[in-house]
Amino acid sequence: MTKIDNGYMQALKCRECGREYPLTANHVCEFDFGPLEVAYDYERIGRNLTRETAASRPQSMWRYRELLPVAKDPTVGLEVGYTPLVRADRLAKCLGIRELWIKNDAVNYPTLSFKDRVVSVALSRSKELGYETVACASTGNLANSVAANAAAAGLRAFVFIPADLEQGKVVNSLVYNPEVISIKGHYDEVNRLCAEIAGKYAWAFVNVNMRPYYAEGSKSMGFEIMEQLDWTVPRHTVVPMASGSLLTKIHKGYQEFIRLGLVESSPYCVHGAQATGCSPIAVAQKAGLDFFKPVKPDTIAKSLAIGTPADGFYALKVMKETGGSADDVSDDEIREGIRLLAECEGIFAETAGGVTVGVAKKLIANGSIPKDDSAVLCITGNGLKTLDAVAGHVGKAKEIRPSLREFEALLNNEEKINR
Amino acid sequence: MSIKVRIPTPLRKLTNNEDLVEIEASNVGEVMQELQARYPGIQERLLDESGEVRRFVNVYVNEEDIRFLQNKETVLKDGDEMSIIPAIAGG
Repeated sequence: MTKIDNGYMQALKCRECGREYPLTANHVCEFDFGPLEVAYDYERIGRNLTRETAASRPQSMWRYRELLPVAKDPTVGLEVGYTPLVRADRLAKCLGIRELWIKNDAVNYPTLSFKDRVVSVALSRSKELGYETVACASTGNLANSVAANAAAAGLRAFVFIPADLEQGKVVNSLVYNPEVISIKGHYDEVNRLCAEIAGKYAWAFVNVNMRPYYAEGSKSMGFEIMEQLDWTVPRHTVVPMASGSLLTKIHKGYQEFIRLGLVESSPYCVHGAQATGCSPIAVAQKAGLDFFKPVKPDTIAKSLAIGTPADGFYALKVMKETGGSADDVSDDEIREGIRLLAECEGIFAETAGGVTVGVAKKLIANGSIPKDDSAVLCITGNGLKTLDAVAGHVGKAKEIRPSLREFEALLNNEEKINR
Repeated sequence: MSIKVRIPTPLRKLTNNEDLVEIEASNVGEVMQELQARYPGIQERLLDESGEVRRFVNVYVNEEDIRFLQNKETVLKDGDEMSIIPAIAGG
Protein backbone atom coordinates (compact mmCIF):
# COMPACT_ATOMS: atom_id res chain seq x y z
CA MET A 1 0.00 0.00 0.00
CA THR A 2 1.41 3.42 -0.87
CA LYS A 3 1.34 5.96 1.89
CA ILE A 4 -0.39 9.24 1.05
CA ASP A 5 2.11 12.10 1.09
CA ASN A 6 0.73 14.76 3.40
CA GLY A 7 3.82 16.93 3.37
CA TYR A 8 4.47 18.37 6.80
CA MET A 9 0.88 17.78 7.99
CA GLN A 10 0.18 14.88 10.34
CA ALA A 11 -3.57 14.93 11.03
CA LEU A 12 -6.58 17.07 11.81
CA LYS A 13 -6.88 17.37 15.57
CA CYS A 14 -9.77 18.55 17.76
CA ARG A 15 -8.77 21.66 19.71
CA GLU A 16 -11.02 20.60 22.57
CA CYS A 17 -10.46 16.87 23.12
CA GLY A 18 -7.40 16.13 20.95
CA ARG A 19 -9.06 13.34 18.93
CA GLU A 20 -7.37 12.93 15.54
CA TYR A 21 -8.97 12.72 12.10
CA PRO A 22 -7.63 12.13 8.57
CA LEU A 23 -6.61 15.17 6.50
CA THR A 24 -9.88 15.49 4.54
CA ALA A 25 -12.37 18.36 4.14
CA ASN A 26 -13.76 18.21 7.68
CA HIS A 27 -13.94 20.89 10.34
CA VAL A 28 -15.81 19.48 13.32
CA CYS A 29 -15.06 16.86 15.94
CA GLU A 30 -17.84 14.27 15.96
CA PHE A 31 -17.67 14.02 19.73
CA ASP A 32 -17.82 17.55 21.10
CA PHE A 33 -18.23 19.72 17.97
CA GLY A 34 -14.84 21.30 18.74
CA PRO A 35 -13.00 22.86 15.76
CA LEU A 36 -10.38 20.72 14.02
CA GLU A 37 -6.92 22.12 13.50
CA VAL A 38 -3.97 20.89 11.41
CA ALA A 39 -1.21 19.16 13.40
CA TYR A 40 2.30 19.38 11.93
CA ASP A 41 5.57 17.50 12.16
CA TYR A 42 7.54 20.38 13.70
CA GLU A 43 10.71 18.34 13.97
CA ARG A 44 10.88 17.89 10.22
CA ILE A 45 9.84 21.50 9.63
CA GLY A 46 12.65 22.62 11.92
CA ARG A 47 15.17 20.78 9.77
CA ASN A 48 13.94 22.41 6.58
CA LEU A 49 12.81 25.93 7.43
CA THR A 50 15.51 28.37 8.46
CA ARG A 51 15.74 32.16 8.23
CA GLU A 52 18.05 31.72 5.27
CA THR A 53 15.76 29.37 3.31
CA ALA A 54 12.73 31.61 3.89
CA ALA A 55 14.66 34.75 2.95
CA SER A 56 15.99 33.12 -0.23
CA ARG A 57 12.48 32.46 -1.59
CA PRO A 58 10.20 34.80 -3.57
CA GLN A 59 8.51 37.55 -1.54
CA SER A 60 5.13 35.97 -0.94
CA MET A 61 3.40 34.26 1.99
CA TRP A 62 4.56 30.92 0.57
CA ARG A 63 8.16 31.56 1.65
CA TYR A 64 7.06 29.85 4.89
CA ARG A 65 5.30 27.01 3.06
CA GLU A 66 6.44 24.31 5.51
CA LEU A 67 4.12 25.93 8.08
CA LEU A 68 1.15 26.14 5.70
CA PRO A 69 -1.22 23.19 5.25
CA VAL A 70 -0.68 21.92 1.72
CA ALA A 71 0.79 18.51 0.92
CA LYS A 72 2.62 19.55 -2.24
CA ASP A 73 3.65 22.87 -3.76
CA PRO A 74 0.81 25.43 -3.70
CA THR A 75 -1.11 25.94 -6.95
CA VAL A 76 -3.36 28.93 -6.18
CA GLY A 77 -2.31 32.42 -5.10
CA LEU A 78 1.44 32.10 -5.51
CA GLU A 79 1.89 35.88 -5.44
CA VAL A 80 -0.18 36.52 -2.30
CA GLY A 81 1.26 38.26 0.73
CA TYR A 82 4.55 39.88 1.75
CA THR A 83 2.72 43.18 2.00
CA PRO A 84 4.58 46.26 3.29
CA LEU A 85 5.28 46.80 6.98
CA VAL A 86 5.37 50.59 7.13
CA ARG A 87 7.06 52.64 9.86
CA ALA A 88 4.30 55.11 10.83
CA ASP A 89 6.03 58.00 12.62
CA ARG A 90 3.37 60.60 11.90
CA LEU A 91 0.55 58.40 13.16
CA ALA A 92 2.71 57.40 16.17
CA LYS A 93 3.02 61.06 17.12
CA CYS A 94 -0.70 61.55 16.70
CA LEU A 95 -1.59 58.52 18.86
CA GLY A 96 1.12 59.36 21.41
CA ILE A 97 3.35 56.30 21.14
CA ARG A 98 7.13 55.99 20.63
CA GLU A 99 7.11 53.58 17.70
CA LEU A 100 4.33 52.38 15.41
CA TRP A 101 4.18 50.07 12.40
CA ILE A 102 1.39 49.40 9.92
CA LYS A 103 1.12 45.92 8.40
CA ASN A 104 -0.64 46.94 5.23
CA ASP A 105 -2.82 44.15 3.83
CA ALA A 106 -4.96 46.85 2.18
CA VAL A 107 -2.59 46.23 -0.73
CA ASN A 108 -2.57 42.45 -0.59
CA TYR A 109 -2.67 40.68 -3.98
CA PRO A 110 -4.98 40.20 -5.82
CA THR A 111 -8.11 41.48 -4.01
CA LEU A 112 -6.77 44.04 -1.51
CA SER A 113 -7.50 42.28 1.78
CA PHE A 114 -5.86 39.74 4.10
CA LYS A 115 -8.41 37.20 2.88
CA ASP A 116 -6.20 36.42 -0.12
CA ARG A 117 -3.91 34.66 2.39
CA VAL A 118 -6.55 32.24 3.65
CA VAL A 119 -8.07 31.72 0.21
CA SER A 120 -4.81 30.79 -1.50
CA VAL A 121 -4.30 28.09 1.14
CA ALA A 122 -7.93 26.90 1.04
CA LEU A 123 -8.07 26.69 -2.76
CA SER A 124 -4.64 25.06 -3.11
CA ARG A 125 -5.74 22.42 -0.61
CA SER A 126 -9.19 22.06 -2.24
CA LYS A 127 -7.48 21.22 -5.52
CA GLU A 128 -5.26 18.67 -3.76
CA LEU A 129 -8.37 17.03 -2.36
CA GLY A 130 -9.93 16.91 -5.84
CA TYR A 131 -12.69 19.52 -5.53
CA GLU A 132 -13.87 21.41 -8.60
CA THR A 133 -16.42 23.68 -6.90
CA VAL A 134 -15.51 26.06 -4.08
CA ALA A 135 -17.80 28.22 -1.95
CA CYS A 136 -17.84 30.58 1.01
CA ALA A 137 -20.03 32.54 3.40
CA SER A 138 -18.70 36.06 3.48
CA THR A 139 -19.03 39.59 4.80
CA GLY A 140 -17.50 40.71 1.47
CA ASN A 141 -13.71 40.48 1.45
CA LEU A 142 -13.68 36.69 1.51
CA ALA A 143 -16.24 36.60 -1.32
CA ASN A 144 -14.03 38.92 -3.42
CA SER A 145 -11.01 36.74 -2.83
CA VAL A 146 -12.72 33.40 -3.45
CA ALA A 147 -14.29 34.79 -6.65
CA ALA A 148 -10.98 36.13 -7.99
CA ASN A 149 -8.73 33.25 -7.02
CA ALA A 150 -11.26 30.63 -8.19
CA ALA A 151 -11.51 32.43 -11.54
CA ALA A 152 -7.73 32.37 -11.93
CA ALA A 153 -7.60 28.69 -10.92
CA GLY A 154 -10.47 27.66 -13.22
CA LEU A 155 -12.68 26.51 -10.33
CA ARG A 156 -16.45 26.98 -10.11
CA ALA A 157 -17.37 29.31 -7.25
CA PHE A 158 -20.46 30.04 -5.15
CA VAL A 159 -20.29 32.98 -2.78
CA PHE A 160 -22.97 33.71 -0.19
CA ILE A 161 -23.22 37.25 1.21
CA PRO A 162 -25.64 39.24 3.38
CA ALA A 163 -28.00 41.38 1.27
CA ASP A 164 -27.00 44.69 2.93
CA LEU A 165 -23.33 44.65 1.84
CA GLU A 166 -21.52 47.72 0.49
CA GLN A 167 -21.95 47.99 -3.29
CA GLY A 168 -18.18 48.04 -3.78
CA LYS A 169 -17.86 44.62 -2.23
CA VAL A 170 -20.71 43.17 -4.30
CA VAL A 171 -19.35 44.47 -7.62
CA ASN A 172 -15.90 43.26 -6.59
CA SER A 173 -17.29 39.73 -6.50
CA LEU A 174 -19.61 39.90 -9.51
CA VAL A 175 -16.88 40.99 -11.90
CA TYR A 176 -15.19 37.56 -11.67
CA ASN A 177 -18.52 35.92 -12.61
CA PRO A 178 -19.04 33.43 -9.79
CA GLU A 179 -22.53 32.53 -8.53
CA VAL A 180 -23.25 35.34 -6.05
CA ILE A 181 -26.11 34.48 -3.70
CA SER A 182 -27.38 37.40 -1.65
CA ILE A 183 -29.15 36.33 1.55
CA LYS A 184 -31.84 38.43 3.22
CA GLY A 185 -30.27 38.33 6.66
CA HIS A 186 -27.07 39.20 8.55
CA TYR A 187 -23.81 37.29 8.31
CA ASP A 188 -24.60 34.85 11.11
CA GLU A 189 -27.67 33.77 9.17
CA VAL A 190 -25.64 33.42 5.97
CA ASN A 191 -23.21 31.29 7.96
CA ARG A 192 -25.95 29.05 9.32
CA LEU A 193 -27.42 28.50 5.86
CA CYS A 194 -23.96 27.70 4.46
CA ALA A 195 -23.34 25.14 7.20
CA GLU A 196 -26.55 23.42 6.09
CA ILE A 197 -25.67 23.68 2.39
CA ALA A 198 -22.17 22.37 3.10
CA GLY A 199 -23.69 19.30 4.75
CA LYS A 200 -25.66 18.56 1.61
CA TYR A 201 -23.38 19.37 -1.35
CA ALA A 202 -19.91 17.99 -1.95
CA TRP A 203 -18.22 21.36 -2.35
CA ALA A 204 -15.12 22.79 -0.76
CA PHE A 205 -16.60 25.49 1.49
CA VAL A 206 -13.50 27.48 2.38
CA ASN A 207 -14.75 28.61 5.80
CA VAL A 208 -16.85 25.58 6.61
CA ASN A 209 -15.43 22.14 5.76
CA MET A 210 -12.06 23.62 4.59
CA ARG A 211 -11.74 25.80 7.67
CA PRO A 212 -8.83 23.92 9.31
CA TYR A 213 -6.68 24.66 6.23
CA TYR A 214 -8.17 28.06 5.41
CA ALA A 215 -7.63 29.54 8.87
CA GLU A 216 -3.93 28.60 8.87
CA GLY A 217 -3.31 31.06 6.02
CA SER A 218 -3.71 33.92 8.50
CA LYS A 219 -0.53 32.87 10.30
CA SER A 220 1.47 34.21 7.36
CA MET A 221 0.57 37.78 8.37
CA GLY A 222 2.35 37.12 11.68
CA PHE A 223 5.32 35.38 10.00
CA GLU A 224 5.87 38.35 7.69
CA ILE A 225 5.65 40.89 10.53
CA MET A 226 8.41 39.04 12.41
CA GLU A 227 10.70 38.73 9.39
CA GLN A 228 10.10 42.39 8.49
CA LEU A 229 11.01 43.40 12.05
CA ASP A 230 14.37 41.70 11.49
CA TRP A 231 13.24 38.38 13.00
CA THR A 232 11.76 39.64 16.24
CA VAL A 233 8.30 39.41 17.80
CA PRO A 234 6.59 42.81 18.11
CA ARG A 235 5.96 43.92 21.71
CA HIS A 236 2.32 44.84 20.92
CA THR A 237 0.06 43.81 18.04
CA VAL A 238 -3.44 45.22 17.51
CA VAL A 239 -5.72 42.97 15.44
CA PRO A 240 -9.33 43.54 14.31
CA MET A 241 -11.73 40.80 15.42
CA ALA A 242 -14.72 39.42 13.51
CA SER A 243 -14.79 35.68 14.26
CA GLY A 244 -11.54 36.16 16.22
CA SER A 245 -9.67 33.75 13.96
CA LEU A 246 -7.02 36.20 12.65
CA LEU A 247 -6.00 37.18 16.18
CA THR A 248 -5.57 33.57 17.29
CA LYS A 249 -3.62 32.68 14.15
CA ILE A 250 -1.21 35.64 14.40
CA HIS A 251 -0.50 34.46 17.94
CA LYS A 252 -0.02 30.91 16.66
CA GLY A 253 2.40 32.22 14.03
CA TYR A 254 4.47 33.97 16.72
CA GLN A 255 4.46 30.77 18.81
CA GLU A 256 5.59 28.63 15.87
CA PHE A 257 8.54 30.88 15.02
CA ILE A 258 9.58 30.87 18.70
CA ARG A 259 9.24 27.07 18.86
CA LEU A 260 11.36 26.64 15.73
CA GLY A 261 13.99 29.07 17.01
CA LEU A 262 13.45 31.43 14.07
CA VAL A 263 12.94 34.28 16.57
CA GLU A 264 13.98 34.65 20.17
CA SER A 265 11.27 34.24 22.77
CA SER A 266 10.29 37.64 24.18
CA PRO A 267 7.20 38.95 25.95
CA TYR A 268 4.44 40.19 23.64
CA CYS A 269 0.78 41.25 23.91
CA VAL A 270 -1.91 40.64 21.30
CA HIS A 271 -4.79 43.13 21.53
CA GLY A 272 -8.22 42.83 19.89
CA ALA A 273 -10.32 45.55 18.21
CA GLN A 274 -14.07 45.54 17.52
CA ALA A 275 -16.80 48.00 16.56
CA THR A 276 -19.14 48.95 19.42
CA GLY A 277 -22.09 47.90 17.22
CA CYS A 278 -20.77 44.33 17.18
CA SER A 279 -18.43 43.77 20.12
CA PRO A 280 -19.20 40.43 21.78
CA ILE A 281 -15.52 39.55 22.23
CA ALA A 282 -14.37 43.00 23.42
CA VAL A 283 -17.26 43.23 25.89
CA ALA A 284 -16.41 39.79 27.34
CA GLN A 285 -12.69 40.67 27.57
CA LYS A 286 -13.39 43.93 29.39
CA ALA A 287 -15.68 42.09 31.84
CA GLY A 288 -12.99 39.48 32.47
CA LEU A 289 -15.14 36.63 31.10
CA ASP A 290 -13.85 33.65 29.16
CA PHE A 291 -17.09 33.30 27.19
CA PHE A 292 -19.09 35.78 25.13
CA LYS A 293 -22.75 36.53 24.58
CA PRO A 294 -23.86 36.56 20.92
CA VAL A 295 -25.20 39.88 19.57
CA LYS A 296 -27.12 41.17 16.53
CA PRO A 297 -24.66 43.40 14.67
CA ASP A 298 -25.32 47.06 13.86
CA THR A 299 -22.16 48.83 12.64
CA ILE A 300 -20.63 50.41 9.54
CA ALA A 301 -17.74 47.95 9.97
CA LYS A 302 -19.59 45.25 8.05
CA SER A 303 -16.50 43.12 7.50
CA LEU A 304 -16.36 42.67 11.30
CA ALA A 305 -20.11 42.22 11.79
CA ILE A 306 -20.16 38.68 13.16
CA GLY A 307 -22.43 38.43 16.19
CA THR A 308 -21.60 34.79 16.96
CA PRO A 309 -17.80 34.70 16.63
CA ALA A 310 -16.68 31.09 16.16
CA ASP A 311 -13.19 31.70 17.56
CA GLY A 312 -14.33 34.10 20.27
CA PHE A 313 -13.36 31.70 23.06
CA TYR A 314 -9.87 31.22 21.71
CA ALA A 315 -9.38 34.94 21.03
CA LEU A 316 -10.26 35.66 24.67
CA LYS A 317 -7.80 32.99 25.76
CA VAL A 318 -4.96 34.43 23.65
CA MET A 319 -5.53 37.95 25.00
CA LYS A 320 -5.56 36.60 28.54
CA GLU A 321 -2.40 34.53 28.06
CA THR A 322 -0.43 37.33 26.42
CA GLY A 323 -1.67 40.13 28.67
CA GLY A 324 -3.49 41.76 25.77
CA SER A 325 -6.55 43.99 25.99
CA ALA A 326 -9.62 44.57 23.86
CA ASP A 327 -11.77 47.60 23.21
CA ASP A 328 -14.40 48.84 20.79
CA VAL A 329 -15.15 52.08 18.94
CA SER A 330 -18.26 53.85 17.63
CA ASP A 331 -19.05 54.46 13.96
CA ASP A 332 -17.77 58.06 14.28
CA GLU A 333 -14.54 56.86 15.89
CA ILE A 334 -14.15 54.33 13.04
CA ARG A 335 -14.40 57.14 10.46
CA GLU A 336 -11.93 59.21 12.47
CA GLY A 337 -9.55 56.22 12.52
CA ILE A 338 -9.79 55.90 8.74
CA ARG A 339 -9.06 59.63 8.35
CA LEU A 340 -6.11 59.58 10.76
CA LEU A 341 -4.45 56.69 8.93
CA ALA A 342 -5.05 58.36 5.58
CA GLU A 343 -3.91 61.85 6.62
CA CYS A 344 -0.86 60.68 8.59
CA GLU A 345 0.38 57.78 6.48
CA GLY A 346 -1.31 57.98 3.08
CA ILE A 347 -3.01 54.63 3.61
CA PHE A 348 -6.72 54.30 2.86
CA ALA A 349 -8.15 51.44 4.90
CA GLU A 350 -11.64 50.02 4.97
CA THR A 351 -13.84 50.33 8.05
CA ALA A 352 -12.06 47.46 9.84
CA GLY A 353 -8.84 49.53 9.61
CA GLY A 354 -10.66 52.45 11.21
CA VAL A 355 -11.64 50.10 14.03
CA THR A 356 -8.02 49.01 14.54
CA VAL A 357 -6.65 52.57 14.57
CA GLY A 358 -9.47 53.81 16.82
CA VAL A 359 -8.97 51.01 19.34
CA ALA A 360 -5.16 51.43 19.27
CA LYS A 361 -5.70 55.10 20.13
CA LYS A 362 -7.84 54.12 23.12
CA LEU A 363 -5.43 51.44 24.34
CA ILE A 364 -2.48 53.85 24.15
CA ALA A 365 -4.46 56.57 25.93
CA ASN A 366 -5.49 54.26 28.78
CA GLY A 367 -2.03 52.77 29.20
CA SER A 368 -2.86 49.23 28.03
CA ILE A 369 -0.17 49.87 25.42
CA PRO A 370 2.54 51.94 27.19
CA LYS A 371 3.53 55.17 25.41
CA ASP A 372 7.25 54.31 25.39
CA ASP A 373 6.66 50.95 23.66
CA SER A 374 6.35 49.77 20.06
CA ALA A 375 3.20 48.44 18.37
CA VAL A 376 2.11 46.92 15.06
CA LEU A 377 -1.40 47.65 13.73
CA CYS A 378 -2.87 45.03 11.37
CA ILE A 379 -4.71 46.74 8.53
CA THR A 380 -6.72 44.07 6.77
CA GLY A 381 -8.66 45.66 3.90
CA ASN A 382 -8.78 48.52 1.40
CA GLY A 383 -10.84 51.71 1.75
CA LEU A 384 -11.86 51.68 -1.91
CA LYS A 385 -14.20 48.79 -1.06
CA THR A 386 -16.18 50.69 1.60
CA LEU A 387 -16.51 54.15 0.05
CA ASP A 388 -20.14 54.33 1.24
CA ALA A 389 -18.96 54.40 4.86
CA VAL A 390 -16.89 57.58 4.47
CA ALA A 391 -18.54 59.41 1.57
CA GLY A 392 -20.02 62.64 2.95
CA HIS A 393 -17.61 62.62 5.91
CA VAL A 394 -14.36 63.55 4.17
CA GLY A 395 -14.98 67.11 2.98
CA LYS A 396 -15.97 68.23 -0.48
CA ALA A 397 -14.16 69.20 -3.68
CA LYS A 398 -14.15 72.95 -4.30
CA GLU A 399 -15.65 73.72 -7.66
CA ILE A 400 -14.62 76.74 -9.76
CA ARG A 401 -14.68 77.71 -13.42
CA PRO A 402 -11.39 77.28 -15.37
CA SER A 403 -10.24 80.78 -14.44
CA LEU A 404 -7.01 81.83 -12.72
CA ARG A 405 -8.85 84.73 -11.09
CA GLU A 406 -11.37 82.38 -9.48
CA PHE A 407 -8.62 80.07 -8.31
CA GLU A 408 -6.70 82.90 -6.67
CA ALA A 409 -9.86 84.24 -5.05
CA LEU A 410 -10.46 80.77 -3.63
CA LEU A 411 -6.86 80.50 -2.40
CA ASN A 412 -6.95 83.95 -0.75
CA ASN A 413 -10.19 83.05 0.92
CA GLU A 414 -8.74 79.77 2.24
CA GLU A 415 -5.67 81.53 3.58
CA LYS A 416 -7.85 84.05 5.37
CA ILE A 417 -9.75 81.18 7.01
CA ASN A 418 -6.56 79.35 7.97
CA ARG A 419 -4.91 82.46 9.40
CA MET B 1 -46.12 19.01 19.39
CA SER B 2 -44.36 17.57 16.37
CA ILE B 3 -40.99 19.26 15.78
CA LYS B 4 -38.75 18.78 12.73
CA VAL B 5 -35.09 18.52 13.77
CA ARG B 6 -32.26 18.87 11.23
CA ILE B 7 -29.32 16.64 12.12
CA PRO B 8 -25.82 17.91 11.13
CA THR B 9 -23.36 15.65 9.31
CA PRO B 10 -21.16 14.88 12.37
CA LEU B 11 -24.16 13.34 14.20
CA ARG B 12 -25.69 11.31 11.38
CA LYS B 13 -23.73 8.19 12.28
CA LEU B 14 -25.91 8.11 15.41
CA THR B 15 -29.17 8.67 13.55
CA ASN B 16 -28.66 5.95 10.92
CA ASN B 17 -27.87 8.73 8.43
CA GLU B 18 -31.25 10.43 8.91
CA ASP B 19 -30.80 14.16 8.28
CA LEU B 20 -34.32 15.15 9.34
CA VAL B 21 -36.19 13.58 12.25
CA GLU B 22 -39.60 14.30 13.78
CA ILE B 23 -39.71 14.65 17.55
CA GLU B 24 -42.60 15.14 19.98
CA ALA B 25 -41.56 17.82 22.49
CA SER B 26 -42.73 21.12 23.96
CA ASN B 27 -39.35 22.80 24.48
CA VAL B 28 -35.73 22.57 23.29
CA GLY B 29 -34.56 20.64 26.36
CA GLU B 30 -37.22 18.00 25.77
CA VAL B 31 -36.09 17.62 22.16
CA MET B 32 -32.58 16.81 23.46
CA GLN B 33 -34.01 14.20 25.89
CA GLU B 34 -36.20 12.66 23.23
CA LEU B 35 -33.25 12.51 20.79
CA GLN B 36 -31.22 10.74 23.48
CA ALA B 37 -34.03 8.21 24.06
CA ARG B 38 -34.20 7.44 20.38
CA TYR B 39 -30.47 7.69 19.54
CA PRO B 40 -28.48 6.80 22.66
CA GLY B 41 -25.23 8.77 22.99
CA ILE B 42 -26.42 11.84 21.07
CA GLN B 43 -27.04 13.95 24.18
CA GLU B 44 -23.45 13.95 25.37
CA ARG B 45 -22.40 15.31 21.99
CA LEU B 46 -24.73 18.26 22.40
CA LEU B 47 -24.59 19.00 26.12
CA ASP B 48 -21.59 19.38 28.41
CA GLU B 49 -21.09 17.81 31.84
CA SER B 50 -23.28 20.46 33.49
CA GLY B 51 -26.13 19.87 31.07
CA GLU B 52 -25.63 23.11 29.13
CA VAL B 53 -25.45 23.26 25.33
CA ARG B 54 -21.77 22.82 24.36
CA ARG B 55 -20.04 26.06 23.41
CA PHE B 56 -19.34 24.99 19.84
CA VAL B 57 -22.90 23.80 19.23
CA ASN B 58 -25.37 26.35 17.87
CA VAL B 59 -29.07 25.52 18.08
CA TYR B 60 -31.68 27.39 16.06
CA VAL B 61 -35.47 27.34 16.26
CA ASN B 62 -37.12 28.58 13.08
CA GLU B 63 -33.78 30.16 12.10
CA GLU B 64 -33.32 32.04 15.39
CA ASP B 65 -30.38 31.24 17.70
CA ILE B 66 -31.82 29.88 20.98
CA ARG B 67 -29.42 32.16 22.89
CA PHE B 68 -31.64 35.03 21.69
CA LEU B 69 -34.68 33.05 22.87
CA GLN B 70 -34.86 31.10 26.15
CA ASN B 71 -32.03 28.63 25.50
CA LYS B 72 -33.09 25.10 26.48
CA GLU B 73 -36.37 26.42 27.89
CA THR B 74 -37.39 27.85 24.50
CA VAL B 75 -41.02 26.81 24.00
CA LEU B 76 -41.89 24.98 20.77
CA LYS B 77 -45.14 24.72 18.88
CA ASP B 78 -46.42 22.24 16.34
CA GLY B 79 -44.51 22.43 13.05
CA ASP B 80 -41.48 24.32 14.43
CA GLU B 81 -38.13 23.53 12.87
CA MET B 82 -34.97 23.10 14.90
CA SER B 83 -31.43 23.05 13.46
CA ILE B 84 -28.25 21.92 15.20
CA ILE B 85 -25.15 23.47 13.64
CA PRO B 86 -21.45 23.54 14.52
CA ALA B 87 -19.93 27.01 14.94
CA ILE B 88 -18.08 28.11 11.79
CA ALA B 89 -15.39 30.62 11.00
CA GLY B 90 -15.73 34.12 9.73
CA GLY B 91 -15.29 35.87 6.50
